[in-house]
Amino acid sequence: MGIETSSILRNTALVEPVDAILNWCREYSCWPYAFGTACCAIEFMAVAASHYDISRFGAEVIRFSPRQADLLVVSGTISEKMAPILKKIYDQICEPKWVMAHGACACSGGIYDNYCTVQGIDTIIPVDVYVPGCPPTPEAFLDGLIKIQKIIEGESIRDPKYCGE
Amino acid sequence: MANVVVQTLLEKFPESVSPAPDFRDEEAVCVAREGLPEVLRFLYADPDTEYRLLEDICGADYPEREKRFEAVYHLYSVKTARHLRLKVGIGEEDPTLPTATGIWKAADWFEREAFDQYGIRFEGHPNLRRILNHEEFVGHPLRKDYPIKGRQKLTRPSNLGWDERKSAGNGGGSDAEAGQPEQMILNIGPAHPTTHGTLRVLARLEGETILEADPEIGYLHRGFEKTAETLTYQQVIPLTDRLNYVSAMMNNVGYCRAVEKLLGIEVSKRVQYIRVIVSELSRIIDHLVCIAANIVDIGALTPYWYCFRERENVYELLEALCGARMTTSYTRIGGLAHDLPDGWVDKCREYIRERVPRGIEETDTLITKNRIFVDRTMGVGAISGEDALNWGFTGPCLRASGVPFDVRKANPYYDYDKFDFDIPVGSNGDTYDRYLVRMEEMRQSLRIIEQALDGLPEGPISIEDRRISLPEKEAVYTKFGALVQHTKLIVDGILPPEGEIYSVTEAANGVLGFYIVSDGTKRPYRIKVRPPCFAIFQALPQLTEGSMIADLIATVGSLNIIAGELDR
Repeated sequence: MGIETSSILRNTALVEPVDAILNWCREYSCWPYAFGTACCAIEFMAVAASHYDISRFGAEVIRFSPRQADLLVVSGTISEKMAPILKKIYDQICEPKWVMAHGACACSGGIYDNYCTVQGIDTIIPVDVYVPGCPPTPEAFLDGLIKIQKIIEGESIRDPKYCGE
Repeated sequence: MANVVVQTLLEKFPESVSPAPDFRDEEAVCVAREGLPEVLRFLYADPDTEYRLLEDICGADYPEREKRFEAVYHLYSVKTARHLRLKVGIGEEDPTLPTATGIWKAADWFEREAFDQYGIRFEGHPNLRRILNHEEFVGHPLRKDYPIKGRQKLTRPSNLGWDERKSAGNGGGSDAEAGQPEQMILNIGPAHPTTHGTLRVLARLEGETILEADPEIGYLHRGFEKTAETLTYQQVIPLTDRLNYVSAMMNNVGYCRAVEKLLGIEVSKRVQYIRVIVSELSRIIDHLVCIAANIVDIGALTPYWYCFRERENVYELLEALCGARMTTSYTRIGGLAHDLPDGWVDKCREYIRERVPRGIEETDTLITKNRIFVDRTMGVGAISGEDALNWGFTGPCLRASGVPFDVRKANPYYDYDKFDFDIPVGSNGDTYDRYLVRMEEMRQSLRIIEQALDGLPEGPISIEDRRISLPEKEAVYTKFGALVQHTKLIVDGILPPEGEIYSVTEAANGVLGFYIVSDGTKRPYRIKVRPPCFAIFQALPQLTEGSMIADLIATVGSLNIIAGELDR
């Protein structure tokens, strides 16, 4: 944000309108990074396609470059071989960013509990919203997206993640 | 007929070949390690047999045996339409075998997998390194003494030794001054849209021309085979959904058919017909996803909307059947989870007569004669029929190269020989032909569904044997005997006889094989999946070397690599 003057941030009358405008903009223009590895990624494709039409929620600009995205959607099983790559992608996304664990595998490892699978991506990166299901229906995904929007709605430029305090 | 090959081998190689236990009429022999190359070369070249397709090589571990490991080869002859299994025992102290890569190129990755999972070393293999597990992994996870939860962290993503190769070549760019064209190493994936999130290709480029491409897989390795060894036969069904998750039904059908072969039972005609219908519906949606993704990768977004609209229609049918859109788990060993719901047949008929053909025709109108699409795909990623077979290609990718091999015609199962349908074949084996073959296969699948719906017989949807199929739910709640049977089957599981089988079906990507070893207990001793796209993807260097980077994108999309079955 680059707003460092704490006196400005203390001025509620000034900050609240800015928050409202920024959050409104961010909420309805999430650019998802589709980190799709498995079955859930096919359902993500279904969400993006005409029937469910993710653009109704303003999130249809799906990017495959972490530097152009702010919503990391992890759809599918993350193996130990993939884990460092997921971490790297997460680190490359600029703040502010949000993470959705899409599907049982991303949430908790799902039905795979063995020598090669990570037991939930929250062991690697922070997660904002968990969408359960194997795979979740497109409706469940959209519900998760709305939850992300709600999280964004409640944020303020006074939050530590923006002003670095 | 059945054992002609076995007899010939026994007579011709008396020292190295010995008969394997006879089970379910499968042709199988044991071969001594020393005689293996000779036997393999004979089987490949002998004009009577011509085992030109190496379907699978896998390992198995028997700690109590003197020769602890076993390598199992599954060969197929397109000429005689028969499978042959070779089993080679290897001692633990020296687990080496001569490589088969000199005969079948397909052996390359299968041998690497056997090395990765069991530690069997193949001497003479050009590139014997790990394939599914990461390079920091210690041990061999499918060995019986490796704990299933023995997780090992990877500290940093591998560069696959390309730093060394870079400096060995002129990748540093320093030779540019010496008049050499500058080369660069380009990493594509696994986080790249065209690689579907899980494939990785390292390419050495000169300008935009690919000099060398090295595919790396295993990013979605989920330990299917190890997990399956800890479950009962029924419990494995949900895991099979997630092999080729784009057409989960076909995996359900393939797996259940394999276990039914192991048990020596045959399901009723009604079950067979329903399985045909759901398989062909799955083939259609699988091809739709493949075409949609391929075209999006090339740069055309519009057909994607049309393809996915029809896919949603088929999902509606599948959801009505089993409650899930993708991960269906609809089949059961010995039958199906439940019968078709009321009105399903009429709804299905309406969909396959009106909606789905409409989507196919619209896609056809949009792209088949589209000049950009034709320019981008014609002659791109071409492979000859002979090469394709040698690499282990099956399914649409093989047929696009002009080899009319389809399990549904060659070894018909479930009355496929009674349905009237054609096998489309291409002539150039390029990306465009693969697209055309898929388009035509969808139309043929519609024909099969139509006939199967017309001829759908009445009958039970589960076999009567109470050691295999659960009693009716209503009876479980009202009758004591049924409750006991239900409980007993859940607790004890299905107990197949001791033995091993290999069963194949024609899945959307090609031959889907299941090799199951039973030790007579309720859990499978070993399950090996023969995934069709595993063999196909290993040919990527041959398909792309010498072409442009953009052609690689078009080619990968047309191969329809589904990571779930590729990495398992």
